[in-house]
Amino acid sequence: MDAAKLMSIMISMVFINNFILSKFLGLCPFIGVSRESKPAISMGLAVTFVMTIASIITWLIYRYLLVPFDITYMRTISFILVIASFVQFVEMAIRKTSPGLYKAFGIYLPLITVNCAVLGVAVLNSEAFFLNGYAVKGSFLMSVAQGFFAGIGYLLAMLLMSGIRERLELINVPKSLEGVPLAFIVAALMSLAFMGFSGFSR
Amino acid sequence: MKRLLKEFTKGITIENPTFGLVLGLCPALAVSTSVYNALGMGAAATFVLVGSNIIISAVRKVIPDQIRIPCYIVIIATFVTIVELLMKAYMPSLDRALGIFVPLIVVNCIVLGRAEAFASKNNVLHSFCDGLGMGVGFTLALCLIASIREVLGSGKFLGMSIMKGFEPAIMMVLAPGALLTMGLLIGLVNYWQIKRKSGKEIRRAGCHGCG
Amino acid sequence: MRDKLRVGSAPHIHSGEAASKVMWAVFFSLVPSGIAGVFIFGISAVKVILVSVVTCVVTEALIQKLNHKKITVSDGSAALTGLLLAYNLSSHVPFWIPLIGGIFAIAVCKHTFGGLGANIFNPALAARAFLLASWPKHMTDFVRPFNLDGLSSATPLAVLKEAKLQSVEAMGLSYTDLFLGNRGGCLGEVCVLALVLGAVYLLWRGYIWYHAPVGFILTASVLSMLFSQQGFLKGDFFFSILTGGLILGAFFMATDYVTTPMTKKGQLIFGIGCGVLTFVIRRFGGYPEGVSYSILMMNAATPLIDRWVKPRRYGAKVSGLTGKRV
Repeated sequence: MDAAKLMSIMISMVFINNFILSKFLGLCPFIGVSRESKPAISMGLAVTFVMTIASIITWLIYRYLLVPFDITYMRTISFILVIASFVQFVEMAIRKTSPGLYKAFGIYLPLITVNCAVLGVAVLNSEAFFLNGYAVKGSFLMSVAQGFFAGIGYLLAMLLMSGIRERLELINVPKSLEGVPLAFIVAALMSLAFMGFSGFSR
Repeated sequence: MKRLLKEFTKGITIENPTFGLVLGLCPALAVSTSVYNALGMGAAATFVLVGSNIIISAVRKVIPDQIRIPCYIVIIATFVTIVELLMKAYMPSLDRALGIFVPLIVVNCIVLGRAEAFASKNNVLHSFCDGLGMGVGFTLALCLIASIREVLGSGKFLGMSIMKGFEPAIMMVLAPGALLTMGLLIGLVNYWQIKRKSGKEIRRAGCHGCG
Repeated sequence: MRDKLRVGSAPHIHSGEAASKVMWAVFFSLVPSGIAGVFIFGISAVKVILVSVVTCVVTEALIQKLNHKKITVSDGSAALTGLLLAYNLSSHVPFWIPLIGGIFAIAVCKHTFGGLGANIFNPALAARAFLLASWPKHMTDFVRPFNLDGLSSATPLAVLKEAKLQSVEAMGLSYTDLFLGNRGGCLGEVCVLALVLGAVYLLWRGYIWYHAPVGFILTASVLSMLFSQQGFLKGDFFFSILTGGLILGAFFMATDYVTTPMTKKGQLIFGIGCGVLTFVIRRFGGYPEGVSYSILMMNAATPLIDRWVKPRRYGAKVSGLTGKRV
């Protein structure tokens, strides 16, 4: 995989096809945890970490288990089980080894199990980088890159959103729009701004 | 009978998954570009909700408490896989339109939420009604969002043109339109709730004042 | 939420009077450019400006009346939004484009946040992005200057993007044309001379700082000179400044009191960020022009910038990434 390909995956995942602002993956935690920036950053980092590792694991499973045995219809069920048990395992490991790290980002891990962004990136990888049941060249690295940069895009959207929402806390907004509705309107305007990146030629 | 009706209707009205509980937002926004897609997604989600609710409720006394969540996920994922395969076989165009959001029903918070909050505590018949009600409520909410977006964004309803000379605002079928519609709709629901509540409060205060 | 001490968000405006003075000053500093636009594109430009300004003012008054709030249209902020929106449109658009745009700007981008001083995004630019996403055909239909038949013409940046003609001469234009506004484009962005006059007035009276505009313009132009389509260091420095909405955006929208950082350092960061994003969109993006999108994106980052560069209280520690005092 060359640098240009990596670059295009990066721009596409962070800006053009941002998981939150254009693909609508992982909205619930985005709306729920973006009220303050500290938890928002922790959540974003946790998502990035889990997405990267999930991309690796699900690629291995898809390539060496589901494809050879011709049971790709087991994709959904096997991916979700693997992701859930992996997240569970990481949570336990962090809790035992590093209480500081656990407090900073471990508590967000259970939330991530049912975050559709994680399963979403795994499914997208298996669709984008496998043609007719065969892995395309460099598909492993591309999957990992896609997972990682999708997480970075998630982190970016979380960070911007939390900054804005902290400012909105200090403002007298219309009562019926306070909280979730206004978060959606802000996300809509952010998504509108990010449309400036659409149609990148390279 | 009355109980069954109550379990069914609560999903449509006060506990509506999308507007009342604000759950399952990702598919609600992603596939609501047209009413047809919304109906397809709603039907798929309803099937999974009803199926998983029935099975989980039936085996609720057998499943050990510690591993109940993984068990629920396996049951839900089974139904999602059934939907996936059925849709691929009989409605390939819908399958393409909904894309990865069909497999993603498995992580839809509504489904797992109902399993945990309702089916694991109630009998099969009630769980069936609850699942059906939630599914219909989800479908209706999806259709509401989709109607607004399809009419404004492509000038059509269920694929039929509605007005001549009307130039649709393409943004409404793009990502910002979905987020905007959702924000304004939830705001509207809040507005009604605040209005109703403040009316009640005033009345109560009035009574206390008299007393 | 309810127990929190109510603190007003920046800018901490004491009375309506100060805000309205600035708003009207910016409004009048934009008038020369409007006159130039009418002179260049004809009477249809007047129509667009009028519809846009009136819509914004009426929408604001209506919303405030419906919410039983004090009607504050005389502070000029709605009128200014309307004017800026009109300046970001082609003179050729049907009348309902500024109408819908004005309603969107005031109702969705300003009053959902609670009115003046509360909005996160520049209403005029957000409305322009909304219009461009919704009706791309109308929004990119620019007319040739001094042409009463309304013949269409592409903007110089669009010509450059399609890589048909790469130098000013090849486009049949001169720098003087670009400076005076003899080119296709949005009605308020073409006449650089008029815009600079207004900007000098604002700078002289101290209503705006030079940090954001200078950072914005220099970053965008230097980057487009360094990394142009023709190769390293072969770009046209002045072309990138004189075309598109760079001057209008840099002086009049990247300096907005509400949606940009509070400090000079923050403004500089804001301007440089806008410049980088503008260059990236112009050079690699699907749209020929990126000024409005880049300002919107930096609007989203403004609360974070404000937190990072806020003057530090003596002895207070600041946490790295969130910039919050701990």
